[in-house]
Amino acid sequence: MHSLAVKLVAESLEGTGRLGLLLVEVVRSLFTHKPDWRATVQQMHFVGVKSQSVVLITGAFTGMVLCAQTFFQFHKVKMDTATMAVVGVSMCSELGPVLTGLMVAGRVGAAIAAELGTMRVTEQIDALRSLATHPVDYLITPRMVATVITVPLLTAESITVGIASGYFVGVFLMGIDPAYLWHNMVRYTGAVDLAMGMIKAVIFGATIGLISCYKGLHCGTGAEGVGRATTEAVVYSSITILISNFFLTLALERLLAGL
Amino acid sequence: MIETRALQKSFGPQRVLNGVDLRIEKGEAVVIIGRSGGGKSILLKHLIGLLQPDAGDVLVDGESIGRLNERGLLRVRRKFGMLFQSAALFDSLSVKENVAFALRRDHLLTEKEIDAKVAAALEMVDLRGIEAKMPAELSGGMRKRVGLARAIIYQPEFILYDEPTTGLDPIVADSIDKLIRRISERLKVTSIAVTHDMRSACCIGRRILMLHEGRIYFTGTPDATMKSDDPIVHQFVSGISDPKEQYF
Repeated sequence: MHSLAVKLVAESLEGTGRLGLLLVEVVRSLFTHKPDWRATVQQMHFVGVKSQSVVLITGAFTGMVLCAQTFFQFHKVKMDTATMAVVGVSMCSELGPVLTGLMVAGRVGAAIAAELGTMRVTEQIDALRSLATHPVDYLITPRMVATVITVPLLTAESITVGIASGYFVGVFLMGIDPAYLWHNMVRYTGAVDLAMGMIKAVIFGATIGLISCYKGLHCGTGAEGVGRATTEAVVYSSITILISNFFLTLALERLLAGL
Repeated sequence: MIETRALQKSFGPQRVLNGVDLRIEKGEAVVIIGRSGGGKSILLKHLIGLLQPDAGDVLVDGESIGRLNERGLLRVRRKFGMLFQSAALFDSLSVKENVAFALRRDHLLTEKEIDAKVAAALEMVDLRGIEAKMPAELSGGMRKRVGLARAIIYQPEFILYDEPTTGLDPIVADSIDKLIRRISERLKVTSIAVTHDMRSACCIGRRILMLHEGRIYFTGTPDATMKSDDPIVHQFVSGISDPKEQYF
């Protein structure tokens, strides 16, 4: 039991160390290697454009249900017009970035890990290296740049759609006065909330790109190895987003409080 | 010139290379033979720095590459071309993009010049007019030829072949062997192939090295290898699973 625990801790530390080294290599590649814009734009299209439906649906229905639930509780204490204030703050600082991150981790993270894992088991990554091309320059950096740029854009879209959907539900289904509803939302939802959401989105984008690429590059042999890498990419990305979100909220709240 | 000194490599408890010493001169055509799972491909990957040795060293033109990092190895790998066992074509790229990969990486040639070089490389491997095809549309033999075109297009000093005829029918295998020999003679490159196919080894190589129990066990010309009375070499070249059994 003791040796198993030691082994688990050692493996976790080794994995974290390798992840850190991969991040250092990506940063080095960004500053020393001419970026492959064609590959980066292709990846941005894959991450951004192809994730539209899943992000729009998630954002819209999250905003709607949040508005409905908040209204049901606030109505009991005659605070109906404060409903959208809660929706605005929640969507901007928490639900927008977290749910977008989780959706992108599920769709894009799995695809990245599966693609790189397949390339590894079919010796395509070795072929790349034999052609004097660093896999980080050609495969990892474009994907990381794409997720870091695209996840914040998708988050902004999700926040906008979530708030618009919530407003629609509040005004047309719950019958809340639109003027007060809008006024209170604008009053209590500040630029700080939006900044917090965008900073989180950048970090979540980097997390998804880094973990998914790492899992793909270090996947085991055969179809089983690729399957496991794909699952681990989604699970580890999602868990990291959820755990880091808590600490980011505490840290950013303090950092942005003075603004 | 490529040299290995007391090269050792283990995977877990299994020691695959156990002190390999070899020296391959410029312009040589060398074939490394040995049983399946005996570490031939592992040895080949050490020569180009795709694997790092546990102990010992690899020298390319006198430069030690055993302890170079990945970025340091990129410069050394420009001297090499490699044909992988499965051809390892990039399946998201067309044949033309695969073959032109190394040329596009350097950004030194115009698109017109790249097109001409791709056409010439494909012609050398007897494949014309397939530039637009995707790897999934090619047969096993065609994939190997495209892999070979990709490896020779930038005129490397050394070409490594990992099981070039595995999985091919005898006629296609023979055509690949002849192609490798032709390229070796025409481009005057150093060829290093690993295979367990003796017919292929005798066609490609001017010198044969046998890897046995993690070491170079035997060195000789194809003729000397085929006629060797060493029991281990004889067992391998004759393809006898149990030397005590006599069927004929």
